[in-house]
Amino acid sequence: MPMDWIWGLIGGLLIGTGGAIYLLGNGRIMGASGIIGGLIDGSGRSTAGERLIFLAGVVLLPVLLMPFYGVVDTHITDNWPVLAIAGMLVGTGTRLANGCTSGHGVCGMSRLSVRGFVATGCYILAGGIGVLVFRHLLGVI
Amino acid sequence: MLRLIIALLSGSFFGAGLFISGMTDTAKVQGWLDVFGNWDPTLAFVMGGAMIPIGLAWALSRRHVTALTGQPLPPPPSREIDTKLILGSVLFGIGWGLVGLCPGPAIASLTYGGPGLYIFVAAMLGGMLMAPAARRQLDRAVPAE
Repeated sequence: MPMDWIWGLIGGLLIGTGGAIYLLGNGRIMGASGIIGGLIDGSGRSTAGERLIFLAGVVLLPVLLMPFYGVVDTHITDNWPVLAIAGMLVGTGTRLANGCTSGHGVCGMSRLSVRGFVATGCYILAGGIGVLVFRHLLGVI
Repeated sequence: MLRLIIALLSGSFFGAGLFISGMTDTAKVQGWLDVFGNWDPTLAFVMGGAMIPIGLAWALSRRHVTALTGQPLPPPPSREIDTKLILGSVLFGIGWGLVGLCPGPAIASLTYGGPGLYIFVAAMLGGMLMAPAARRQLDRAVPAE
């Protein structure tokens, strides 16, 4: 378990470095939902190339690192209705709020953005209550 | 061209960090949210670690007018707390808790998440497609002051 925290910290530093490069290099806030969502709803058409190549890097690096790890189990549920409902909630919710864990959480809170703190408080609280209700009370997940 | 190279570099750090930190493991994310079960603090280390380089970058950015590529730097953050921010974040949080995935890790695990992940990502993209309509509805129901 303690090793997990250390890898979490190292991974976090890498995530933050990615965000720092995006900010100082391209003047943009590294938010996953915004980068993806702008491609989906057309609002980011003028920066589509930058968005696509960013996402290519996100997909590519785990592929390159995978050989050092062997088999990686993501422990994702095989309950398809739950996956579909959760995906819809994540997609709609992050775009309504204009940010997710990376944009509001990491990038927003590190510049002391009030919206970042409020959003992060809301999604962690809702996620915590969600796990409590759906895992411990209803036994769905 | 430089803009694209920077985007690739940034996305690569982001993808590597999500993978190495274990954030594409849904059990770790749900473990963080599961305060009444077997609580897993890893996510706090990931977010804390990530805020260090970004925090430094924000501090550096204050001394400059534009980014390296000449693009304008982001304006100061809006302080507007509206229904969209709160309702959107709550909906996102429920979905996040249900499966243990947020948008970044969902994309990072595209090559190894299996069929379940495809369902999640397809639904997420569908949700993103619906969001502008939902935003308009909310704007109509709760007019901005």
